[in-house]
Amino acid sequence: MDDQIKIQSKLTCYHCGDKVQTSVYTIDEKSFCCLGCQSVYQILNDNGMHHYYRYNQYPGKSQRNKAADFHYLDEEAIAAKLLDFKNEEITIITFYIPGIHCSSCIWLLEHLYKLNPAVLQSRTDFMKKQVSITFKHEELSLRQLVDLLVDIGYEPKITLQDVVKAGKKLHQKDLIAKIAVAGFCFGNSMMLSFPEYFGMGAFEQKYSAFFGWMNLGFGLPVLLYSGTDYFRSAWQSLKQKQLNLDVPLALGIAVLFIRTAWEVISGTGPGFADTLCGLVFFLLIGKWVQQKTYYHISFERDYRSYFPVAVTVINDVGERAVPIADLKVGDRILIRNNEIIPADSILLKGQASIDFSFVTGESLPVSKVLGEVIYAGGRQTTEAIEMEVVKPVSQSYLTRLWNNDNFKVHDKKFRTFSNTVSRYFTIVLLTIALSATAFWLSNGDSGRAWGAFTAVLIIACPCALALTSPFTLSAALAVFDRNHFYVKNTASVEQMAAIDTMVFDKTGTISSPTVSQMNFYGALDDRDRQLVASVCRNSSHPLSREIVKWLDIQDVPALSAYSEMAGKGLKARVGDAEVWVGSAEFTGNHHLQKGELSGSQVFIVIDGEQKGFFSLEQPWREGLTNVIDHFKEGNELHLISGDQDKGKDSLRMIFPAKSKLLFNQMPQEKLEFIRDLQYEGKEVCMFGDGLNDAGALKQADLGIAVSDDINNFSPGCDAILDGRAFVKLPRFFNFAKDAMKVIHMSFAISLTYNVVGLSFAVQGTMSPLFAAILMPLSTVTIIAFTSITTNLFASKNGLK
Amino acid sequence: MSAIFFLIGCSVLMALIFLVAFFWANKSGQHEDTYTPSVRILFDDELRGDVSHSDREDQDPAPDSVK
Repeated sequence: MDDQIKIQSKLTCYHCGDKVQTSVYTIDEKSFCCLGCQSVYQILNDNGMHHYYRYNQYPGKSQRNKAADFHYLDEEAIAAKLLDFKNEEITIITFYIPGIHCSSCIWLLEHLYKLNPAVLQSRTDFMKKQVSITFKHEELSLRQLVDLLVDIGYEPKITLQDVVKAGKKLHQKDLIAKIAVAGFCFGNSMMLSFPEYFGMGAFEQKYSAFFGWMNLGFGLPVLLYSGTDYFRSAWQSLKQKQLNLDVPLALGIAVLFIRTAWEVISGTGPGFADTLCGLVFFLLIGKWVQQKTYYHISFERDYRSYFPVAVTVINDVGERAVPIADLKVGDRILIRNNEIIPADSILLKGQASIDFSFVTGESLPVSKVLGEVIYAGGRQTTEAIEMEVVKPVSQSYLTRLWNNDNFKVHDKKFRTFSNTVSRYFTIVLLTIALSATAFWLSNGDSGRAWGAFTAVLIIACPCALALTSPFTLSAALAVFDRNHFYVKNTASVEQMAAIDTMVFDKTGTISSPTVSQMNFYGALDDRDRQLVASVCRNSSHPLSREIVKWLDIQDVPALSAYSEMAGKGLKARVGDAEVWVGSAEFTGNHHLQKGELSGSQVFIVIDGEQKGFFSLEQPWREGLTNVIDHFKEGNELHLISGDQDKGKDSLRMIFPAKSKLLFNQMPQEKLEFIRDLQYEGKEVCMFGDGLNDAGALKQADLGIAVSDDINNFSPGCDAILDGRAFVKLPRFFNFAKDAMKVIHMSFAISLTYNVVGLSFAVQGTMSPLFAAILMPLSTVTIIAFTSITTNLFASKNGLK
Repeated sequence: MSAIFFLIGCSVLMALIFLVAFFWANKSGQHEDTYTPSVRILFDDELRGDVSHSDREDQDPAPDSVK
């Protein structure tokens, strides 16, 4: 057993569990994949905090990606925006840390005070991946605190969007309070109604009035507090000359209360207070179920959540961090390694190698030359560069989409099934109620007329109807969630079922950005392989790392000379061999023009002899052909890409003949393409991943962002699909259609209940007991039916 | 039989106390994070001695990591 552990620990990093490539990073007989992981271990070990490694095996996250620079936190003005609270002594701040993933993370973050006594308290919220830290700012500056977090491997993500804190949470709290009041009144009024239902002896009759008044008392807070949303919503809908489901609900609640009050005050009956409280209680629970959202995923992100909070501006005085909103045209900015370019700028100094993966989904860095305009959103991957801003942040190539007028005004309007039905429902309901009243009035029985009118509105109150959609769709959401498909809200599931046109982005969406396929064209013998591996190991360039991984050689000869030309290649001497590794130009392959070959190539020259080249290609996502084949039936499919048309031929084979394949599209053009489809009356679903798809995702009836790490950035959308679940897409769409079937079926069931109730109600003979039984019975039936059938359909579609 | 007024008064009062307690819990944010406390309670209070590498295997499995 002991040996086994040792072997294991030799191959994998003690901190993060990644494969260990070199044996350089070893202390205490523990191997690490990189310096970052090793130093985290050292810090924790030195402070007696190796408990961290006890709660979980490999609790850390790989530290290979260098952290961003947090120098801007020293600027008072910027820091002040991030704080929750500050007085003379202490400061409280909440960080979002995407790296939180296990119980060790919670343990470590809540024991920060052991690492630095200036930290008074730290509280982790696991689901939201947030840490709230209280510290003494006299002893520890904000910057130092963040650096401490970075040192132990928990880099907080600080963005401008976090600064704008949403007040959405408050609303949910309010709803819970309303449910509590309704539940309290429901329980008590039911208890007080039982004597009436079981029948009271003659000597007990004197209590009847007392119980009635008590019931009326419990009905009041339900009417005036818990049920207010329904009256407000009904009023809104009437003002817009529409009839949503809240209209008959509000009518039902009002009539229930009025009739109860009338019966109690006049002493003619016990009233319907328990039905009233129960109705509102169940309705609110339905609402709560519908509103439950994901803690950890934000669907409303825009460019602000991705851009840095501040950027270093160089002026006569020196370097200074400036919030990006204050960035002006003509400012000279400094972009360090791993920083994001916040505005369209001209490259003035340094070697730019920009990773545009967040914009286009393409993760391979692109080299830029001096004087070239670089669009905002790219991440510098090599040395620090200096640039001059040519457009303010809000007017940049990407960000101006958000300032576009038709982008702002656009509001998704989808008529849900229950909205459609409720119009007819309300009209039919009122007709029945009025005709029953008219019938009894013409018979001269005004008492019965009043009874029938109110009874119809009470019994037909569409409580079960109002619960079908929330319960079915939230069960569907839970199924999607288990299968790594995160849908924003229940209306989006209904929208999914109605989709008839699908538009795909190419890079990062249907091609897989994390799995890249390395191919070698040429010939390398064993010695050559060793030489190349030996050279590439020394470079941190992503392509070099891919080559090392591909070669998979452990024992390599030592280098005698090595130099790296950023953006060009590597030159090294190994023993008596001279090795050149790099771009076509660098290795003397001038005849190969840029456009001639696709992807990224790395050429190998050993002792002046051309050996061939490595080519890194992004393969299509697993199961793409299957997915497209499934969607071909009944859907129109299109592809729209911001890239060049490499891979067009193979895509032509995959996509059906009618579909359009468009390349070199600007973000605005993507948006317009979607809009044109919508003008043709299509229900469009857009699949995208980068910031350049953000406009199209928002314009589409259903925007689905495809992402390989759901905690990472993804643009604003209606649903986020984990890349692993891409193969399941056809099943998701089938399941959404099935969920609609469940809604239709349960609508039929609840209508049956209504018809049965109505047949009693129109005769004006409905007893309170009858209402008190029928209402909860129909509700429970609907909840049980929808939950069971939705899950049955899920397993039918092969979903967990 | 007037005891019934007293008893109903008591029961409603009890229920009211619970309602107020719920409001207090809701307001103080006890329902906001329902997961982390369940993990927190399983942590040891203080570090005890040195933990060697093989020691890790002997420990009771801690709460599983959650994706």
